[in-house]
Amino acid sequence: MGHKRSVKDIVITTGLWLAAAVIVGVLFVIVAYVFAKGISAINFEFIFQAPKRAGQEGGISTAIVGTLYLTLVSILIAVPIGVGAAVYLQEYANSRSKFAYVVGLTAETLAGIPSILYGLFGFVFFVIFLGMGWSILSGSMTLAIMILPTITRTAQEAILSVPREYRENSLALGATLWQTISKVVLPSALPGIVTGIILSVGRAVGETAALILTAGSSLNMPMTLGDLARTMAVHLYVLAMEGLSMERAFGTAFLIVVMVLIINYLANFSLRRLSNSMK
Amino acid sequence: MTITIDQNKLKMKSKDLEVFYQEFQALHSVHMDIEVNKVTALIGPSGCGKSTFLRTLNRLNELIEGTTIKGQVMLDDIPIYDKEVDVVDLRKRVGMVFQKPSVFPMSIYENVAYGPRIHGIKKKSHLNEIVEKSLIAANLWDEVKDRLNSPAARMSGGQQQRMVIARVLAVDPEVILMDEPASALDPISTSKLEELIGELKTNYTIVIVTHNMQQAARVSDYTGFFLNGQLVEFNRTDELFVNPLDKRTEDYITGRFG
Repeated sequence: MGHKRSVKDIVITTGLWLAAAVIVGVLFVIVAYVFAKGISAINFEFIFQAPKRAGQEGGISTAIVGTLYLTLVSILIAVPIGVGAAVYLQEYANSRSKFAYVVGLTAETLAGIPSILYGLFGFVFFVIFLGMGWSILSGSMTLAIMILPTITRTAQEAILSVPREYRENSLALGATLWQTISKVVLPSALPGIVTGIILSVGRAVGETAALILTAGSSLNMPMTLGDLARTMAVHLYVLAMEGLSMERAFGTAFLIVVMVLIINYLANFSLRRLSNSMK
Repeated sequence: MTITIDQNKLKMKSKDLEVFYQEFQALHSVHMDIEVNKVTALIGPSGCGKSTFLRTLNRLNELIEGTTIKGQVMLDDIPIYDKEVDVVDLRKRVGMVFQKPSVFPMSIYENVAYGPRIHGIKKKSHLNEIVEKSLIAANLWDEVKDRLNSPAARMSGGQQQRMVIARVLAVDPEVILMDEPASALDPISTSKLEELIGELKTNYTIVIVTHNMQQAARVSDYTGFFLNGQLVEFNRTDELFVNPLDKRTEDYITGRFG
């Protein structure tokens, strides 16, 4: 009996290990492939120069700026709304309120909608109806709506995980609910909130469909919020789909991966410094 | 059987106090007098209503959805459930220490300065003074004076609980409520805490909930015994433990149940 169990045990353990290894393997293969195919395109000019001849020559500096610009503006729009909604739902709304239930359900539904539908909505509403045209602002607002559910849900989870005792202690010291939230609850929930923002940044950086419809795909350097812009992901798509240059498409992909890694690292690093210092 | 206290020495008082959580009645018509600069202990088995009663004294029960409170609680001559009473002011005057020491994820200094800052004190020198005074009063100053800026969570459990008391003292309350403050502490930390309670009553009125009857006997001047949401007996501690008047009190303190 004991012998049989141990064989079964080994088989199961190996199987589960393999399942875990597949995850690492897939990531490794993708990253390695992108690096191998893309690294030859990377040089100083590729990073710091504007594209020429539709991207067949020159660099992708305008797309890098466009990506950072769109991502930053969309985060700036979505974070206050998302975190604000999360605070309302967790701290102010009655847990049995209909409104809170509807908001929660809506956020969940919004999270499952394909991005192209957001793009279509953004195109009809921001670009045409509000007359904002293809622009950083239209694109950012569309992205902001897209990432809002993620930011709200992760912020809600983070706020929920803050010990109830913190609130009781703060309120018992005579703090108001808002003082308690702003000085104790939100600082404690910050790591979780930042995790949600990082996930959202990843999604914003990688988005193409919604942005082609709302921010356009201009190769000029975007300056104001009203300018058109092309992100790196859109640039990659155009380079690959129109057969302009596979090497440069992979070079762009390489830089997207690097950018996401840098953003993740910076966010984690500053977060660790911030939260470890007081634990 | 409950005794009444000389009205001139009264700090707080409850009258016909009833608390409901939804349909469940947690307290039945509780009358209790709390004397100024004394320690009043609340004892009784789990779920008897002693913590519920404690939390009516600073209106912390209101945080639980579906709570209804009837009757009256007085702080000096103010009915604290009156519409005009500002709950923030009330909680400044009636501080609270909880079961588990809950330090905020900040430095020791910031934890103690939290209350005063909230209440509008900004001057650094004034804050320094309050922090020092509060930590001295909580018998913690000598242990932490060289590391005020290190995280509060790195202190031992006993130190954390004394820091929580310092944080309450920093708000300059008149009454301090303690909800089983020693239940998470080791014996040495517990005796330090009990010693501290004895010192604090010179300047503060203390109400303490405890599971530990020896502790109630050691630290308190008055004791109230709760059972099933009723205040069964309230008397001077030396009287209640030596000469209980109610059969149920006697059964409880002699360990026949609970």
